[in-house]
Amino acid sequence: MAEMYTSSGGGHKKGTGVKKSKKMSTRVDLTPMVDLGFLLITFFIFTTTMSLPTTMNLFLPKDTDNPEEQNKIKDNSALTILLSKDNNVFYYEGMLDNSNVSQNFKSSNFGSGEDGIRQVILRKKANTDEKDFMVVIKPSDECTYKNVVDILDEMTIDVVKRYAMVDISEVEIQLIKATEAAAGNASN
Amino acid sequence: MARAKLPRKSTHIDMTAMCDVAFLLLAFFILTTKFKPAEAVSVTVPSSVSDKAAPESDVVLITIDKDGKVFLSMDNEEKKEYVANTVENEKGIKFNVQEFKKAQFIGVSFSKLPEFLAIPPEQRKGDNMPGIPCRDSSNNEMKEWLRIIKSAYMGQKMNLLVKGDNASKYPSFKNVISAFKYNDLLKFQIITNPENVPVGSELYKQAKAGLAVKKDG
Repeated sequence: MAEMYTSSGGGHKKGTGVKKSKKMSTRVDLTPMVDLGFLLITFFIFTTTMSLPTTMNLFLPKDTDNPEEQNKIKDNSALTILLSKDNNVFYYEGMLDNSNVSQNFKSSNFGSGEDGIRQVILRKKANTDEKDFMVVIKPSDECTYKNVVDILDEMTIDVVKRYAMVDISEVEIQLIKATEAAAGNASN
Repeated sequence: MARAKLPRKSTHIDMTAMCDVAFLLLAFFILTTKFKPAEAVSVTVPSSVSDKAAPESDVVLITIDKDGKVFLSMDNEEKKEYVANTVENEKGIKFNVQEFKKAQFIGVSFSKLPEFLAIPPEQRKGDNMPGIPCRDSSNNEMKEWLRIIKSAYMGQKMNLLVKGDNASKYPSFKNVISAFKYNDLLKFQIITNPENVPVGSELYKQAKAGLAVKKDG
């Protein structure tokens, strides 16, 4: 394959006495050059990082001790999401008090199934007046950073306009522990 | 029997066109490629549907590694020098300002800074460093750092970024946020990997509707 076209211009004439230089073809075989080109292309394709990291903007509310300035949430229009260890998610609607704990406090997960948190948020959103709807996110000390980012991302995915990240309360920590313990016993 | 004589054709193909394409692609990849800088602290970031590209200049990056250790890095050398001088004055500790300017990240408490900067840069690995203390409110040095950095960027735009590891626990993130709040830095960005919007979700529908409107208009 790799050769040069050297024989061209058909034999020389005899008897003219003038020495004619041989005409060489200018065509070069490019195969090795193409090989090299593609080798380098493959190298650069594999080493290049096309997907640049993206960023999620987050705005923090200013801490205020003045109750007048704090945002009020209407009792039944809020959805509180609690994040726990092992990607467990718990949620309740409205307020939590002693009388309704057993029905209101439910568990969920990060999946997209029927009991996944996305469906929960969408259902709640559909049942609530849009301007009152609010999601309260309470990450516990045992959940991971990924969980927090995932749930914040979920707010974007489900187009939730009002959401807030709030510290978890002692009562809720106890509830999560109790529920997880019960679930652990049930599965054993 | 008479047989049609097929003319013999050469099997040689002209490679010039192919060569052109190959080198065009090569030039494209060489020019667009950006080598990943070797990272002293390795972190796997979570993914999100956000599509905003991360800012590249005036970055103040706070990294949280998988053990919840917190590191600080800045890219603007002028600001770094200011920060270094302020820290020297306020804390009364002497360290190598030039080293500080070159340091990729800061991962120790104020008192350990001179020793930290004495270590050769290639040996400074996040795994061996204790991180900046910000475990609780009483000993939250992140607050101090952010206060000094904020004063360095006085009146200018600074991009506050948080880059956390998937596996790190929430409390370290919470402590970083509380340091932000303490300094009235209420706007920050979280570095994530891009991810597709789940099909059928609200945002997906909204994006589609938005596209449809644009097409109509």
